[in-house]
Amino acid sequence: MKQIVVISGKGGTGKTVITGAIAALAENKVMADCDVDAADLHLLLQPKIKERHEFKSGLTALIDKKLCNKCGKCVSACRFNAISDDFTVDNISCEGCAFCSHICPAGAIKMEECVAGEWFISETRFGPMVHAKLGIAEENSGKLVSLVRKEAKQLAEKNHCDWVIVDGAPGIGCPVIASLSGIDCALVVTEPTLSGLHDALRVIEVTKHFNVPSRLVINKYDLNLEMSKKIEEHCADNGISLIGKVRFDRSVVEAMVEGKTIMEYKDTPVKDEIRKIWERLQI
Amino acid sequence: MIISVASGKGGTGKTTIAVNLALSLNNVQFLDCDVEEPNAHIFLKPKITEQKKAYIPVPEIDESICDTCGKCSKVCVYKAIAVLPSRAEEKGSVLVFAPLCHGCGACAALCPKNAIREINREIGVVEIGSCGEMEFVHGKLNIGEAMAPPLIRQVKEHIDPKKTVIMDAPPGTSCPVVTSLKRSDYCILVTEPTPFGLNDLVLAVEVLKKMKIPFGVVINRSDLGNDLTEEYCRKEKIPILMKIPFKKEIAMAYSKGEPIVMAFPEYKKDFIALYDEVLRRIK
Repeated sequence: MKQIVVISGKGGTGKTVITGAIAALAENKVMADCDVDAADLHLLLQPKIKERHEFKSGLTALIDKKLCNKCGKCVSACRFNAISDDFTVDNISCEGCAFCSHICPAGAIKMEECVAGEWFISETRFGPMVHAKLGIAEENSGKLVSLVRKEAKQLAEKNHCDWVIVDGAPGIGCPVIASLSGIDCALVVTEPTLSGLHDALRVIEVTKHFNVPSRLVINKYDLNLEMSKKIEEHCADNGISLIGKVRFDRSVVEAMVEGKTIMEYKDTPVKDEIRKIWERLQI
Repeated sequence: MIISVASGKGGTGKTTIAVNLALSLNNVQFLDCDVEEPNAHIFLKPKITEQKKAYIPVPEIDESICDTCGKCSKVCVYKAIAVLPSRAEEKGSVLVFAPLCHGCGACAALCPKNAIREINREIGVVEIGSCGEMEFVHGKLNIGEAMAPPLIRQVKEHIDPKKTVIMDAPPGTSCPVVTSLKRSDYCILVTEPTPFGLNDLVLAVEVLKKMKIPFGVVINRSDLGNDLTEEYCRKEKIPILMKIPFKKEIAMAYSKGEPIVMAFPEYKKDFIALYDEVLRRIK
C-alpha cells in the first residue's frame, strides 16, 4: 500500500481538482482530506457520512469568578495575552498551556477540554473517504490531520487497498508537516507565476527536510508559457522531478460547479494530461 | 487603523488585493502575515533594511541541579518534556522535544529546584524595509517549523498605529489566521465565485463573526463560476465591496510579479474606491 499527498505551498493552484481527478483514476484506494480548516474535496466526491466522531483536543482555561481574588498572577504569567485585566479568558488566544491554573493561589482556574472539530468516515462513488472539519478559529489542525491520516491508513490496510490519496493543506506549517509523515510521494502542484514557484520551492524544501520524495506538476501552465518554461528549466537544473503540465480550461470550474471531478466531465485535453500524471506517479 | 485582507480558500487573490490597495494609498505600512508562504515581497520588491531573527523560548535543564522529580513533564501539556526517573545507581535524565514546545514558560516557573532556564530557539526571521514611501514588514518561517503564530505575533509587534496598516493574512480558518486578524479594524475577504470559493468563504465569515471584526467581500475572477456567492452575500447582508472579472492581462501581470496598478494605472481609482468604501463602513 502506498500513500500519496497532494500539496502546493501556495493556495489555489489546483490541489483539490488534481486530488479529485486522481480519486477517479486510481483503483482500490482510500481518500483522505487533510485540508481540515478549509476542506473542499467533499464538494467533488459528495461523501455519504457513515461514522461521525468528535475531535477532542486541547484545553481552555476557565476562571471561577467567585473564587478569583483578582491578584493578577495569571494575567502576568500568560504569554499568549489570553487573560484580560478583568479576568476573562479569551478562548481564541488561550493555547491551553495551563500555566495559569498551576499558579493561581485561589485555585480559581480550571482547564476544560475543548471539542475542536469533527471527523468522519464516509463512502463516495470512488470508495471510502476519511475527512474532518476543524471548529471555527480552532487550534491543533496538525493533530486532526494526523488523526485523519491514521484512520485512512487503518481503513486501507483493513480493506487491502493499494493507495491512500491525501489532499493536503496550503502553507508549510503544522497541518502540512503532519500530512507528510509516512508518505511515499508528495505531488506538488504549482502554477506558472512567481508566487507559485516561490511557494512550491519552499514546500519542496519541507519534503526534503522530512525525507519524502516529491514530484512537481505545473497547473494552468498556458496562462504564462514563458514562466512555465522558467519553472521547467529550474526543475532540470535542481533535480526536481517534473512529471506533467495541465492546461487552463474553464471546464475545470464547470465540472466543479456540477460537483464532478474533471475525469467525469466532458472531453477536454486536461483529462489526458492528468491521466499521464497519474501513470507517472505510479512508477 | 488596521485593514486586513483574508480568505478561507488560498489563491483567491489576497495578496493581489492587499498589494494593490496599499500601492493606491498614502502613509501606508504593509504587513505580510502569511509567514509560511509570504508573497507580497515578490510584487512590492521592498528594500530590506533590517533582519531580526525570531525566537521562541524553550526549556534547558541544568542536569546538575535537576533531581528528575518529573514536575516539568507533568505540567507540560504539549508533551515537550519527558523525564526518565533515577533508578538504583543510574541517575535519571530529562529530554526536551523543542519543536513541540509552545514557549508558555510553565516548566521553568514551576520547577521546584529552579533547574530550568529558557533559551531561544530560532523559528524564522522578521524582515523590515520599505518600498518608496511605504513601510514593509514580513516574516519568513523556517523550513520544517510547524508553528506560525509566534512568528506572526512578532511581525505584528512592528505595527505602527499612526499609519494605515494593510495586512496580508494567511489562508484558512485556524490559528495562523486568527493570530493575524486579531485587533483588525476591518477585514476584506477575497473570494472567487466557485463552489470551493463559496464553501471556504462561509467558513471565513464564521471566523470574523466569532472575532467580532467587521468585514466585506471582494469577488475576484467574478465571471468564472456561478451566482451562488453573490446570492449568499445578499442573503447574509454581507457587503460586496468590489468585483474583478477574470482578465488574462491581469493574470499575466500577476504571474510576473507585477502589481495591477503598476501595469494598468487605470485600476488605481478602483482600489481608492475600495478604500473609501471600507472607511465609510468602519465609521
